[in-house]
Amino acid sequence: MSKALPLMQQPRVQRVVYPGLVAAVLLAVWQGLVSGLELPPYLVPSPVLMLKTLVTDWVALGTALVVTVKITLLAFVVATVGGVLISFLFVQNKMIETALFPYAVLLQVTPIVAIAPLIIIWVKNPTASMVVCASLVALFPIISNTTLGLRSIDPDLQSYFRLNRATRWQTLTRLRIPSALPYFFGGLRISSGLALIGAVVAEFVAGTGGSGAGLAYQILQAGFQLNIPRMFAALLLISLTGVALFAAMAWLTRRALGAWHASENSHD
Amino acid sequence: MDRLDRLPAAAAATPAIQVLSAEKTYPDGTHALQPVDLTIEEGEFVTLLGPSGCGKSTLLKMIAGLLAPSDGRLLLWRRPVAELHGSANRLAFVFQSPTLMPWASVQSNVRLPLDLAGTPRAEADARVAEALKLVGLGKFSGALPRALSGGMQMRVSIARGLVTQPQLLLMDEPFGALDEITRHKLDTDLLALWAAKKLTVVFVTHSIHEAVFLSTRVVMMAARPGRVVEQVRIDEPYPRTPDFMVTPQFSRYARQLQESLLRASANTADSDEEVSR
Repeated sequence: MSKALPLMQQPRVQRVVYPGLVAAVLLAVWQGLVSGLELPPYLVPSPVLMLKTLVTDWVALGTALVVTVKITLLAFVVATVGGVLISFLFVQNKMIETALFPYAVLLQVTPIVAIAPLIIIWVKNPTASMVVCASLVALFPIISNTTLGLRSIDPDLQSYFRLNRATRWQTLTRLRIPSALPYFFGGLRISSGLALIGAVVAEFVAGTGGSGAGLAYQILQAGFQLNIPRMFAALLLISLTGVALFAAMAWLTRRALGAWHASENSHD
Repeated sequence: MDRLDRLPAAAAATPAIQVLSAEKTYPDGTHALQPVDLTIEEGEFVTLLGPSGCGKSTLLKMIAGLLAPSDGRLLLWRRPVAELHGSANRLAFVFQSPTLMPWASVQSNVRLPLDLAGTPRAEADARVAEALKLVGLGKFSGALPRALSGGMQMRVSIARGLVTQPQLLLMDEPFGALDEITRHKLDTDLLALWAAKKLTVVFVTHSIHEAVFLSTRVVMMAARPGRVVEQVRIDEPYPRTPDFMVTPQFSRYARQLQESLLRASANTADSDEEVSR
């Protein structure tokens, strides 16, 4: 953090520049191979062609991106709110957790591809059905992490609260919730990525076209038409969305936990 | 109540703590503490000294009301510990580790007992500032615990104990994890606070030297089963400085406690086969 450091030695700059260099090298190798071996675009398009397609097909791809992002974010919010509520329920009573936890695991281990068709049949609204699928995928890390966090209290601190006759509410807001935050944010990071995966899988299974078509549908269509550059462009957008979500979560974690938690100080 | 009659005549002063045949047996049959009778008067500095497993922390936690005795009774100011709940914060407990909230500033940590009791913010802040000054951390109120050294964190913990202006301070090996120099410093500071605030202190330690240096009375305990072996009054004047530790009297007390500890351990060895853990 010291200002005396040269620009390239600052961890902040390094964290952007180093991966950027790797990307530049990989793109150059990719472009070189495609040009050098004269690979046809219907097998592997060059990065330049991919970016060109992204620009020319932006209307279709941009609309699809909005759809996918909307489903992802809605699912993420539903999973977060639902997961936190379920965790609070779990920590109220050991019996509730013992009785219900196996079913949370059951939800987690059932492949979403296998139950997505059912959900799409049951839920009429296509957007809602896809949100349900994606939330189911994203739910579990929130439940397990938040539950663990709400239970991970320093036993001496808990004794201290008891000694000072803290009410249940005081113990929850002043001790349990702050103790759980690092775990909760860990769950958020995993969950944000899973929400995107869930959304894409749901779109694949639903195969909805028309105005509600997301990026997965664009990939499917491009595959049928052997429009491989477009497929790559759609893939790129999905990856970028995932990276953006992860970065947003990392930023949020840093904002919320600030200086106090060890996980946020290890690499600075 | 007939036990009260058998208390020493010196008990003319008000007893702060009365332990009446209190014992602790866990459901699995482990006898953590055999029946203990102990009276601690107001203003005393009593050390519970013994090896690990002797039940000294168990006894302290029973005094605090954190642990219920399986038999016997404990009175604080002649009233059962359970009835004390709801009254003002008359006792404070300092744990072996600083036990601070890592997400909260030093100031918020020290203010915690006042916040829990609903003390108005302005009054609470004033008392926090005073308590922090008392332990020499006035400049660190905005810092997070992780920015402080182990000794400073322990001072914060003590400030949090003192901020409610308790009459009774219960300390469970508070300086055990600190280096010796820091520990001596904190021991000396603690004695100064005890004298200035006219506190009653019950202090758990496994260090004979710390016990002799601090206490008006040492309660010697032994393990397997946990029990009180002997009580030794340290009749030396206060204030005690580090010079006290090189006097012949200090050595005499230390040797006396050492020998009684060895005797107690020897008795333990004979009955080792019967003990499960």
